[in-house]
Amino acid sequence: MMSLAQSPAAHKGGARDLKGALEVDLRLLAMIAAVAVIWVGFDLLTDGIFLTARNLWNLAVQTSVVGIMTTGMVLVIVTRHIDLSVGSVLGFVGMVMAVLQAQILPIGTGWNWSASLALGLGLGVVIGGAQGWWIAHRGVPSFIVTLGGLLIFRGLAWTITEGQTVAPLDETFQLMGGGLLGSIGAFWSWMVGAAGIVLVLVRTVMARRRRQRYGFAVRPIWAELLVAASIVGAIVGFVVVMNAYDRPRTDISQGIPIPVLILIGAVIIMSAVTKVTKFGRYVFAIGGNPEAAQLAGINTRLVIMAVFALMGLLAGIAGAVQTARLNAGANSTGELLELSVIAAAVIGGSSLAGGTGTISGAIVGAVFMQSLQSGMILLGLPTPMQNVVIGLVLILAVWIDTSYQRRRL
Amino acid sequence: MTSSPMGVGPLVEMRNISIHFGGIKAVDDVSIDLYPGEVVALLGHNGAGKSTLVKVLSGAYRANSGQILIDGRTVEIGSPRDAKALGIETIYQTLALAENIDAPGNLFLGRELTTPWGTLDDAAMEHAARQAILELNPNFTRIKEPVKNLSGGQRQSVAIARALHFKARILIMDEPTAALGPHETRQVADLITRLKAKGIGIFLISHDIHDVFSLADRISVMKNGKLVGTVRTQDVTQDDVLGMIILGKRPKIAA
Ligand SMILES: Nc1ncnc2c1ncn2[C@@H]1O[C@H](COP(=O)(O)OP(=O)(O)O)[C@@H](O)[C@H]1O
Ligand SMILES: [Mg+2]
Repeated sequence: MMSLAQSPAAHKGGARDLKGALEVDLRLLAMIAAVAVIWVGFDLLTDGIFLTARNLWNLAVQTSVVGIMTTGMVLVIVTRHIDLSVGSVLGFVGMVMAVLQAQILPIGTGWNWSASLALGLGLGVVIGGAQGWWIAHRGVPSFIVTLGGLLIFRGLAWTITEGQTVAPLDETFQLMGGGLLGSIGAFWSWMVGAAGIVLVLVRTVMARRRRQRYGFAVRPIWAELLVAASIVGAIVGFVVVMNAYDRPRTDISQGIPIPVLILIGAVIIMSAVTKVTKFGRYVFAIGGNPEAAQLAGINTRLVIMAVFALMGLLAGIAGAVQTARLNAGANSTGELLELSVIAAAVIGGSSLAGGTGTISGAIVGAVFMQSLQSGMILLGLPTPMQNVVIGLVLILAVWIDTSYQRRRL
Repeated sequence: MTSSPMGVGPLVEMRNISIHFGGIKAVDDVSIDLYPGEVVALLGHNGAGKSTLVKVLSGAYRANSGQILIDGRTVEIGSPRDAKALGIETIYQTLALAENIDAPGNLFLGRELTTPWGTLDDAAMEHAARQAILELNPNFTRIKEPVKNLSGGQRQSVAIARALHFKARILIMDEPTAALGPHETRQVADLITRLKAKGIGIFLISHDIHDVFSLADRISVMKNGKLVGTVRTQDVTQDDVLGMIILGKRPKIAA
């Protein structure tokens, strides 16, 4: 009689044993290594400007808008779809929120920013859901529906104000952009870090207990500790860097910027959605085999619609962040961002064939892209050349990934 | 054992089922039935409408007309969920597995076990899946790998384990041995015999006429969407059945 607890990895040798014991995602580690390499490279090329607290803090803020949307794009791509409209939806929703704040809702009241934000996010959900309806219920390919959306919502963003820029915005709302006051300071940054550490530890212990309850193989203790320690180390390092950047002309720590906090929230929630909810499981099942998902009794149309509605919500949140950061509603806000978002998701391991992708990979992909861009700006590369480099890197990254995957099979 | 209808009523009756896809009548006024502990084989050329007919029972398609009775009562099967709630489990010709998900994830797809917080209870699903799968196939060790990494026989085990774990009363097997080697084919045949003994009713679609003659109590033959006829296996020869499949004619059977 074979033991149920026998680990499948138990009889393999060498590096696989280590990988099996750690149960880490090698692909994610490779991505993180790639980010580390370009960070060090840019730091050398810029004589130590790249790896300063100030630059890393700015990098974090710049990553947040693309990062927030990337968490949703992963689900879209996993279900074998694409959303080309996110940049335009971001711009349109941002413009609507700006108009609500500056021209419609009473200025200076507490609900000026909160009502405009709530309406804007609701609008994002409705737009995403409507696009999802065309895709799931009317069978129009997502490429076409969202290409239409790209044109429609960019056009509407212009039309609302006839191209006029709307400013200034509510002061509380501006905090979402991480401007001068838009970060939470040293104390609260440490509190956030501590909460993150507690979350990691609790999750590790609970997952271990659940597996032990059934007598399944668990990671050796040293491996468990090593993995948990690296995550805790990363959290501490992140907080230290965010706190090391002071507000201009003061020695008060900035701490974690609010847009970055929003990104962290999106990452935690969306990771949980993909890993521990039925909805997340269905998203992956549909990506792996839509027919099988349907035969298993999953309402695949509803799931697809929900994925696009979620994408719309995240585009709305990103629209709030970007508009707050500019302190203005402008009709060109978010132009071409859909490409950065899709590129980040794909570089982060989401396959356009569907069925595979992770939130953590996509965020590392977003950091990678933003680091590349930020480094090139520091080096004084003109924007057109930046685009050339990013285009080449995108092709190269996907080529490396697919050839690696093929070799493994 | 005999499948004499004496005493017990039929488990499943499909009456006058028709479905068309555009102009094609895939299933045309077909009536078949199934008794507890009975194996009814569905035979016919490719495109005869066998898969389409059973997909009406498994909730994948809705009939354009006709009636389905389970235990003598008329039922509406509007979705795969409805069918499963009635104890109808299906092993599809394509296996219908999500390639990127592991065996427990596939086994419980659409019927996940959850923790008190409503989150997926992967450990509990893995535990149950190991039991269900290892009972069928003791050599199955790659429980946590995406099923795309598994062999045809192992994938088959996942699909069958799914049907058994949820305690099917009515089992539909659409060409279950098409992708299997001779050894695995024999295992599936043994399994069918065991399930039959438990009183499960089985619709078996197969191209292997030997298998059909050794396993089935009755044989229903379809051609071009129509039912040619249903015969008791003991009353006919293989040539009779081949004649039904090819010529679409009922054999003359002495009463
Ligand atoms: N979803 C569908 N759409 C259109 N035609 C279909 C569909 N499913 C089956 N058919 C057609 O119905 C007929 C019966 O097919 P099928 O039931 O798969 O046959 P069998 O299983 O006996 O080989 C074929 O002509 C097939 O092309
Ligand atoms: Mg068929």
